[in-house]
Amino acid sequence: MLSIKNLHASIEGTPILKGINLEVKAGEVHAIMGPNGSGKSTLASVLAGREEYEVTEGEVIFNGKNLLDFAPEVRAREGVFLAFQYPVEIPGVSSTNFLRTAVNQVREYRGLDALDAVKFLTMMKEKMKLVEIDQKLLSRSLNEGFSGGEKKRNEIFQMAMLDPKLAILDETDSGLDIDALKIVSNGVNQLKTKDNATIMVTHYQRLLDYIVPDFVHVLYNGRIVKSGSKELALELEEKGYDWIKEAADSEVIV
Amino acid sequence: MSTLIKQKTIETLIDLSQKGFESARTQAREAFASQGMPGVKSEEYKFTAITKKLEQRIIDTSLAESFEVSKEMVEAHVFEDFDGDVLVFANGFFQQGVSSSVAGVAVSLLSEKPDTEIGSIAKPEKDPFCAINQASFADGIFIGIPKNTQLEKPILFLNFTKITAGQVVQPRIWIEAGDFVEATFIEQTINLTPTSSFVNKVVEIKGGANTHLHYYRLQNEGTNSLAISNIETDVQKDSTFSSVVISLSGEMLRNNLSQNIVGSNSEANMYGLYLLNGKTHVDNHTNVDHTVPHAESNELYKGILADHSRGVFNGKIFVRQDAQKTNAFQQNNNILLSDGAVINTKPQLEIWADDVKCSHGCTTGQLDEEALFYIQSRGIDKIQAKGLLLYAFAGEVLEHIKNESFKSYCTQLVEDRLGAKF
Repeated sequence: MLSIKNLHASIEGTPILKGINLEVKAGEVHAIMGPNGSGKSTLASVLAGREEYEVTEGEVIFNGKNLLDFAPEVRAREGVFLAFQYPVEIPGVSSTNFLRTAVNQVREYRGLDALDAVKFLTMMKEKMKLVEIDQKLLSRSLNEGFSGGEKKRNEIFQMAMLDPKLAILDETDSGLDIDALKIVSNGVNQLKTKDNATIMVTHYQRLLDYIVPDFVHVLYNGRIVKSGSKELALELEEKGYDWIKEAADSEVIV
Repeated sequence: MSTLIKQKTIETLIDLSQKGFESARTQAREAFASQGMPGVKSEEYKFTAITKKLEQRIIDTSLAESFEVSKEMVEAHVFEDFDGDVLVFANGFFQQGVSSSVAGVAVSLLSEKPDTEIGSIAKPEKDPFCAINQASFADGIFIGIPKNTQLEKPILFLNFTKITAGQVVQPRIWIEAGDFVEATFIEQTINLTPTSSFVNKVVEIKGGANTHLHYYRLQNEGTNSLAISNIETDVQKDSTFSSVVISLSGEMLRNNLSQNIVGSNSEANMYGLYLLNGKTHVDNHTNVDHTVPHAESNELYKGILADHSRGVFNGKIFVRQDAQKTNAFQQNNNILLSDGAVINTKPQLEIWADDVKCSHGCTTGQLDEEALFYIQSRGIDKIQAKGLLLYAFAGEVLEHIKNESFKSYCTQLVEDRLGAKF
């Protein structure tokens, strides 16, 4: 589904990603872990098409298409979804109108009929249950005055509405208390099928207790320096990142 | 040389041949003589070089004449779904024949009401154009709304202008509301000719106690319109006056809006939205004068400026020594869409009372890139995402239009302009 080859990206001339290689197949869950500043969020942003980042080398093929050629909205319509680390508050834009516009633009691109108000509302009600989000919240302006947990739940709710092929969760767990974490994870797990894939960017092993990954990758200094099964996450939890850093640094020197 | 032209403009803008209200006209001529036309150094007009514009555009400074307006023209131009009474004006002259008779309301020519104390609310000493109008308007309209009248439907002032060679239109309106009156006024202007026009308007509104008035204006007359308006009201006790002005096009527009709060437990609201492109220049000067305790004023002006347009906002709030427990709020927010667009904004608060709550703020910025990316990342294209954000910004002002048909008409115009559609 997703094939990242030798991806290099920089921001304002500073290289952040220095040769990422990653293969993600349908039905898989990948966790990307790593110390602060290793480039985890940059990778998520580059995949979603954030303009500040300049891709200097490499390619990203998504279902046979060169993802880097597309504007952010086209990537979304192709099936890439980024759950933001910091969802943006947008005063004056109602969550419902926004989502309806988004869902219908995505549907149009995929050759589906636009949903009328009734059908849209039915779909919304069904997906709201997934993350236990209150309808009152959705009649307000987008994310405005939402608590941290509500914002993260709203991200997963939007993901449910847009039905992506590849979901990228950028630190979706940070700042959540355990109850909110369970709700969010439960939503993500229910959305998992054999046809879609998930990339979780996280700092903490805790999330992986609730959303179990098939693969764990450690990102350090702009490269994936170690990949393994979910046991790798447990090892990281126990031993920290230092042993990986040391190994990676010595490798570079050699 | 420029002095010569200026002199000529001054002399001819004041038309000495107009009759009636002799003492008011004399007073206004004197008021004008002491002020003169605002030059580049005038504090009140320093960002709006209207004198220079008039010298360039107004070839014939005589008063434009009235012309016939047909019923069909009225029907064709009244905005969609309007439900109410229409008062029609041709170059500022009231057209009784094609106007509605407003049930329970006295509508007549100002000349038929010679005792009207014109200039007592919008004082000619305060603004040279207010003085010019008072000295040389031809005739105006008097609207008297008796005590206890609640008008369920709005009154629409439908102004047609038809100018052959840059003449001047000087409308004058006097509104007098008794106690417990509720009414809504809407202003819409249609420019029938592409020639440069200069409309210099004065509206005086005398409220009663416990009156609740709404005054809405749409400025969308095309790129050749030069217009100055002085709208002023006294807000009596237990009353509300709410103004909303939506400015979408014009060459140079200057709106002077003043509310004098003279009764306690009252509220003065002023809202404005200006969406400017091309070389449009819109200047909103507002003035709230709190003279008594326990009153509130709310002010929100927002602008989106593209191309080489220019916006000016000047908001004065006076809180006099007696006006304790005043709540006065003012906001001016602007989005600049191009490097060539300019905004000059100046909040001006003068507070002599010590137990008051006053706040003001102004912001000027570009579109929020992070918000734009967030919206795009959900599959919405960039143009629409921009429109959505701009519309959300503008919508906060539109919310204050309480008349549904006018609100949806303005909303439509704003949506079309911003490319936002739902």
